[in-house]
Amino acid sequence: MKAVDQGVGSLFSDPDPDKARAFFAGKRRDMVDKRTTVVEAVREFVHDGSYLAIGGFGANRIPTAVLHEIVRQGKKNLSFAGHTSTHDFQILVAGNCIKRVDVAYIIGLEARGLSPNARRVMESGEVEVCEWTNYAMCVRLRAAADGLSFGIARNLLGTDTFRYSAGQVIACPFTGKKFAALPALWPDVAVIHVHESDIFGNSRIKGITIADDVLARAAKHVIITTERLVTNQEIRRDPTATVIPFYLVDGVIEVPYGSYPGNMAYEYFSDEEHLQQWLEAETNMETFRAFLDKYLYGVKDFDEYLSLCGGLSRLKELRAEEVCADRI
Amino acid sequence: MATSYNTMEMMISAASRLLEDGKSVAVGTGAPCAAAMLAQKTHAPNLVILFEAGGVAPLLPEMPISVGDSRTFFHGIMATGMGEIMSTCCRGLVDYAFLGGAQIDKYGNINSTCIGDYRKPKVRFPGSGGANDFASFCWRTLMLTVHNARRFVNKVDFITSPGYLTGPGERERAGLPAGSGPYKIVTDLAVLGFDAETKEMKLESLMPGVTVEEVKENTEFGLLIPESVPEVEEASGEELRVLREEVDPHRYIIGR
Repeated sequence: MKAVDQGVGSLFSDPDPDKARAFFAGKRRDMVDKRTTVVEAVREFVHDGSYLAIGGFGANRIPTAVLHEIVRQGKKNLSFAGHTSTHDFQILVAGNCIKRVDVAYIIGLEARGLSPNARRVMESGEVEVCEWTNYAMCVRLRAAADGLSFGIARNLLGTDTFRYSAGQVIACPFTGKKFAALPALWPDVAVIHVHESDIFGNSRIKGITIADDVLARAAKHVIITTERLVTNQEIRRDPTATVIPFYLVDGVIEVPYGSYPGNMAYEYFSDEEHLQQWLEAETNMETFRAFLDKYLYGVKDFDEYLSLCGGLSRLKELRAEEVCADRI
Repeated sequence: MATSYNTMEMMISAASRLLEDGKSVAVGTGAPCAAAMLAQKTHAPNLVILFEAGGVAPLLPEMPISVGDSRTFFHGIMATGMGEIMSTCCRGLVDYAFLGGAQIDKYGNINSTCIGDYRKPKVRFPGSGGANDFASFCWRTLMLTVHNARRFVNKVDFITSPGYLTGPGERERAGLPAGSGPYKIVTDLAVLGFDAETKEMKLESLMPGVTVEEVKENTEFGLLIPESVPEVEEASGEELRVLREEVDPHRYIIGR
């Protein structure tokens, strides 16, 4: 199929489906206890130069503990899926971890405003970019999940978003109509925060899955952080509720409040005050360095970070604010 | 006789009237969400509200802060994923979508990517998010925005989301679904539409107290101006009551 038009963006990952198949052929299928720690998971699965994708949606259901640890371990030169990436992007950029981004949405924290530091970094010209859209990234992951080299969609057409993407315009062999051909994306590692998981990685997500169903299937390695561990028996009691089966998962870590300061549907709302503090701290490099030293580099782990942010009494307030928890 | 109202309340009321009953709308956070909620509570009880991250028809308890936060599917009819929402739009089932952006041109092309050179931009914005997707797929796109000449420009620095591209027939030529495109823009100065023939932005009605001159001064390109321009009907007592008591009681948006 000859391309009618082609974007000038770079491909940050190889869309060859047979290379992917060769990888998945070797991925272990036996049910083994995959429990690990945040430190170990980052050490083992996130390498300099890897392609990293984060689940959730910006400041909703994000794996904050792992994001902080990626920064603490000084991971560098990462390619990143900016698939509505807001506070997660802020954290990784604060650590200078990212070298290349597939951009659907970055920098902005939606209604809260733009991250001054992320904006500064993205205006420096030091991070390589390729432009996409939210749905384009879904289609790329879906194609990868389906073992294909590209997916097709009717978005991007006619725009500069297309021009600066690595997509192509093709003509349908049946109707002659034009479509955007979007190259498959197999992230090296995806990190997803879920509501429940057993020790093998069988995971449940309550509420919107966003794009985590396709992400978990496209990624070569999947790290799950879970609000709580449940037994395999519990998973088997309700097989309908399983969103991510164990054979996609490489590591499981129980991280209660693991999405803080992001929203975790049914559990706790986002800590808007803390997110505001981040944005304010970023307006000045010195205050930002001090802020990061306090909240990220200076803490030994995520639990200590939670304590600094108000600990249990703050978390109780955020639990009360979460409407879907339907407690009263 | 008329209750007093602020600019934001007027814009939201005007926008809500554009959403017909029995239709479906994809919304973002902020004023568009308030407009959809107001429409639903007044003339459009059967309006179906969708959020791009997967929330469908929530009984919105409060304004969401993110299009992916839990309020967007609170007591909803379905909590699904982004692929499902976007494929619904692409299949032709979503009538309206609200878009935002830094710049817009006379054909309704929107920039939310960058100012200056793409690889080393003078200003880098967040990027499309779901905007290009909605602008490509939904039947009619709307915008709620402030009106000034830095926004309403001759040429956008970057076309993030497609309006009518370079003129009549160009969307279809690019491969975008026939019959889709920009519909209305509600600003603090006016309600604007697009000429059926030329696809250029045109002034349709003026916000109360605003003159044609003011609109022209705040638009870099030549806006199509009809012979006579009616005034937008003021926000009604009922619209304001619903907005203030039910839609945005904490004044997160109307208090701006």
